[in-house]
Amino acid sequence: MLTAAPPPALEIEGVSHSYGSRKALDDVSFEVPSGSFTALLGPNGAGKSTLFSLITRLFVTRHGAIRILGRDLAAEPGEALRRLGVVFQARTLDLDLSIRQNLVYHAALHGVPRRPALARIDEILAGSDLLERLGDKARHLSGGQLRRVEIVRAFMHRPQLILLDEPTVGLDIRSRAEIVAEVRRLVREEQASVLWATHLIDEIDESDSVVVLDRGRVLAKGPVSEVVEDEHAGSIREAFSRLTGMAVPASDREAAA
Amino acid sequence: MSSAHLPLPAASPARGFSASHYLVCFKGIVWREALRFLHQRERFISALVRPLLWLFIFAAGFRQVLGVSIVAPYKTYILYEVYIAPGLAGMILLFNGMQTSLSMVYDRETGSMKTLLVSPLPRWFLLVSKLVAGVAVGVVQVYVFFAIAWFWEVRPAPMGYITVLPALILAGLMLGALGMLLSSLVSQLENFAGVMNFVIFPMYFASSALYPLWRVRESSPLLYDICLANPFTHAVELIRFALYGQLDPTSLWVTLGCTVVFLGGAVIAYDPARGVIGRKRG
Repeated sequence: MLTAAPPPALEIEGVSHSYGSRKALDDVSFEVPSGSFTALLGPNGAGKSTLFSLITRLFVTRHGAIRILGRDLAAEPGEALRRLGVVFQARTLDLDLSIRQNLVYHAALHGVPRRPALARIDEILAGSDLLERLGDKARHLSGGQLRRVEIVRAFMHRPQLILLDEPTVGLDIRSRAEIVAEVRRLVREEQASVLWATHLIDEIDESDSVVVLDRGRVLAKGPVSEVVEDEHAGSIREAFSRLTGMAVPASDREAAA
Repeated sequence: MSSAHLPLPAASPARGFSASHYLVCFKGIVWREALRFLHQRERFISALVRPLLWLFIFAAGFRQVLGVSIVAPYKTYILYEVYIAPGLAGMILLFNGMQTSLSMVYDRETGSMKTLLVSPLPRWFLLVSKLVAGVAVGVVQVYVFFAIAWFWEVRPAPMGYITVLPALILAGLMLGALGMLLSSLVSQLENFAGVMNFVIFPMYFASSALYPLWRVRESSPLLYDICLANPFTHAVELIRFALYGQLDPTSLWVTLGCTVVFLGGAVIAYDPARGVIGRKRG
C-alpha cells in the first residue's frame, strides 16, 4: 500500500509583513522539509525575528500563508501550535520560578499534566548537569544554562518542529558550542525538524539546509551544498557574502574578537 | 552531524483538545500565579497593609467627622469602620486587578508573556485562566483582611462571609478584566504610573467606598452622577450587600456587564488578528 509523503514541517508561502510603511518581510516563501535541520541565515535586521513572530502567531499573518506539518496557522492555530516548540531570541523563563517549575508550567500550557511532565524532564535531562539544578531559581543560572533550559523546555511537549531564534546570541564561544551540540543531540533523539535562525555561519553544518534572508527577502534556499554550488562559491560563508554583498569574516570567532 | 533528513516521530498528536487539556492548562496557570504570589511576600504584606492603614488610621480619625446614617443594607447606625470595610475589600481587589495588569506588562517586557501566548489553547481561555488565577489570589487577601478587621469591630454575621464570596469573585473578575484591558494599552512598565493616577485613584475616590452616595449628592450632584457611573461603586455595593446576605440587583448587573465588556476588550486586544498587541513590534 502506498503511503502519502509527509507534509513539510513548515511551509512559508508568499508571506509579507510591514511595520507601518517599512516592509520587514517581502513575499517570503520557503519550506522546512520534514526531518531537516534548516538554518535561516541572515544579518541583523533581515526579518528573522519578525518571521518567527508570525510563525508563532504573536503577529497575525495578513499576507501569505504559513503551514506547520500541513496545518494552516490561520485556520487551525491550535493544531499548528501544538506541533511547535520555540526558543525565542529574548529570554522568556520566569526568573522567580525554579527550573523545574518553569518546565512544568510550560508543559501545562500544552496540556501535559505534572507527573508526565516530571518524567519527561528526567528523560530529556538524563546525564545532564542541569538535572542537579532543577530546584534552583532561574535567576541563579548563567546565561548559557538559561539558554539550555529554554531549549529543553521547547522539547517538553514533544513537538515535531522546533524554532530557535538566534539561541546563541550573547554567549561565549564555549557556551555556543554546547548549545549547538545540545540542540543537535535533542533533534536527533526526538526526531524533530528544526528551523534555526542565525547570523553566525559557523553554526551551519555542511549537511544542513539553508535559507538566506536579507532585508526581508529570500535570496537563496536549499541544501548548503546546492546554495554554495549555485553561487560558484567555495563555502557557505563565501556564498553568503556574495548573496548579501556583505564582507563576512573568516570565522564567527574572528567576528567576535 | 548528518542531520539533514531525520525520520519523523511515529505518532502525531490526536486532533483537538480534550477537557483534560484545558484543565491541566488552567491548573498550571493558577499554580504559577500562586507561586509568584507566595514568592513575593512583600506584595502580600503591602496588599494587606494598605487597607488596614485606611481602617486603623483613616477610619479612626474620620469616625466623628463622617458619621453615617442608617443606609441599606445596614439596619442600625454603624461605625465608620464598618461602612468602609466593603470598600476596602474592593480596594484590595482593585489593586490586585491592577497588579495583574502590571505583571502582564512586566511579562511582556521580559518576554515570558510569549510563553503563555504560544500555547496551542485558545487565547481567550489563556486570558480567562490568568484572570481567574489573579482573582483567586485577591479573594484570599480579602478574607485575610476580613479576619483582621473582625478584631476592629467589623463583624458581619458568619453567613455573610459565605454570601460575600460570589460578590468578591465577580468584583475581582471585573477589576482584573479591566487590568488586562489596560495592560494591552500600556506598552512600557514606566507608563504604568499613569494607570495609578488616571484609573486607580479616580475609581476609588469617585465611588461609594469611603462615603455613602447620598452624602456625595448633597455636596455635588455632578460628582454623584460620576460616582454612579463608576463601575467600582457597583462592585463595592455588590460586596457590601452580599456581606450582609443581601443582593443589590443593579450592582449585580452593572458589575456583570462591565466584566463582559472589559474581558471582551482584553480578548480582542490580545488577539493577534484583531488587537493592538499583534501590531506592536516586539
